[in-house]
Amino acid sequence: MGNLHVDHVTVKFPVGPHTPPVRALSDVDLEIGPGEFVVALGASGCGKSTLLNLLAGFLSPSQGKVILNGATVAGPGADRAVVFQKHALLPWLNVIDNVAFGLKLRGAGKNERYETARKHLNQLGLGAFETHPVYQLSGGMQQRVGIARALAIDPEILLMDEPLGALDALTREKAQELIIRIWKETSKMVFFITHSVEEALFMGTRLIVMSPRPGRITHTFDLVFSQRFLAGEDARAVKASQDFIKMREKVLKIIFGDEEAAGSDHV
Amino acid sequence: MSEVKNGIPSSFLGSLFKIKPTKPGEVYGVPGQGDSLFISAVSGGAIIALWALATWAGWIKPLFLPSPLAIVQKFVQVATEGFANYTLFEHTWISVLRVFGALGLACISAIPVGLAMGMSRVMRGVFDPPIEFYRPVPPLAYLPLMIVWFGIGELSKVLLIFLAIFAPVAIGTRSGVRSAAIEQVHAAYSLGASPWQVLTQVILPAALPEIITATRIGMGVGWTTLVAAEMVAATSGIGFMVLSASQFLQTSTVIMGIFIIAAIAYAFDLLMRFLERKLVPWKGRA
Repeated sequence: MGNLHVDHVTVKFPVGPHTPPVRALSDVDLEIGPGEFVVALGASGCGKSTLLNLLAGFLSPSQGKVILNGATVAGPGADRAVVFQKHALLPWLNVIDNVAFGLKLRGAGKNERYETARKHLNQLGLGAFETHPVYQLSGGMQQRVGIARALAIDPEILLMDEPLGALDALTREKAQELIIRIWKETSKMVFFITHSVEEALFMGTRLIVMSPRPGRITHTFDLVFSQRFLAGEDARAVKASQDFIKMREKVLKIIFGDEEAAGSDHV
Repeated sequence: MSEVKNGIPSSFLGSLFKIKPTKPGEVYGVPGQGDSLFISAVSGGAIIALWALATWAGWIKPLFLPSPLAIVQKFVQVATEGFANYTLFEHTWISVLRVFGALGLACISAIPVGLAMGMSRVMRGVFDPPIEFYRPVPPLAYLPLMIVWFGIGELSKVLLIFLAIFAPVAIGTRSGVRSAAIEQVHAAYSLGASPWQVLTQVILPAALPEIITATRIGMGVGWTTLVAAEMVAATSGIGFMVLSASQFLQTSTVIMGIFIIAAIAYAFDLLMRFLERKLVPWKGRA
């Protein structure tokens, strides 16, 4: 059971010799406890992706640090697996070899690799597709392969960068339910980025709303909707309930407020 | 009689711009779709027929253009009796060895150099000037240097072809390094890959389609350099045979040699296309 702490982190990007650096993240402090599902939401340019890249170790903080289970994060590593929006599978490997890729990097033997990979493929409903080329799968199935690949290395935390952003609406709702179930089964920490308010509210145990220029966390909400879904309530019923709608409008108002304050220069 | 509609004459040229109804399985408006194999066969057959007619009717003297039958007869004659102490098979074999030897050397050197150039700023800085300097120079221009430096044996011949192949393979490999999506590279690192594993298990396979294309181009360049290489005091080889026959005005041997060079190059290209389908079936699909 892990714990991830973003300790007062600031990330600055240099722009030019005569311009002050852009503060992509300004004094962000975030604690993700064991089994927490934290969702980040915000207008474009608010630093969600910067925060994810920081957690993944693709980016170093200008100030502050990221601490996972007591150790400072110094670069990418197998304790923090990333699921991308797209283009991240390896088309020269079939489905099972993609899922087993992380284990192969560790030098695991073929039997061990395939046994673990099969377990996760079955968990994600892909058991019948292990020898298929990944480029022949639908977008939703490719994302499930990406999730299985991340789970196969048994990371402390799953970092999900808009994993459902490229899927059609129907596939997306099914995938949301699947991810919540998997999260419950594995009780891993999850950090999840999305542009969809509904998705954010439905999936997370905690929502952080971020705001641009400089990128920072402005609001934090504890959420119960995924618990209600896991307790047996129908997903659509949860999303159509009064509490959910009230919360959705509240969060939308915050985000639209940010957009207007910024002069709504992007739609 | 040619009626003008929308500014385009309704002639044959005009029919190229006419939009035809889409047949099942076709997509509306795709330029040049459909199978052209039959048309190509007719086109090739027509050229040979015209050639046969022109020589049979005596429009062109055999000294300039022998008949197709004379080429076939020459082929049989050289294949059985030989040319300049070697049979046709021996000439072909030595040329194939030179070109493939050079290709092999080029692949084992140019692919690592191209990868290094793609991966490292320092390596790119080091190798860019020499490659870009000699690449546009025709091999015939540095042929004398090869002879002065490496003599008139096999070494200078193979090196000349090698140099011609090296540049396109290195440049193709270098640009292939950029084929891996940054998400693929990041995914590998976040799954615990070392930089070496990222190179060998992500970047190299992702670059493979471009490396194969570069090898195909390199092979084409290699064949075109063969005749130049066999100008160097050669006593055998297809290029030597063509050059030597031309000095004795044996036009039929020259044309026969050209056909053999073309046939081997085409066969190799077919082989590479087959390998491409087998090795990189995902090309253009991911």
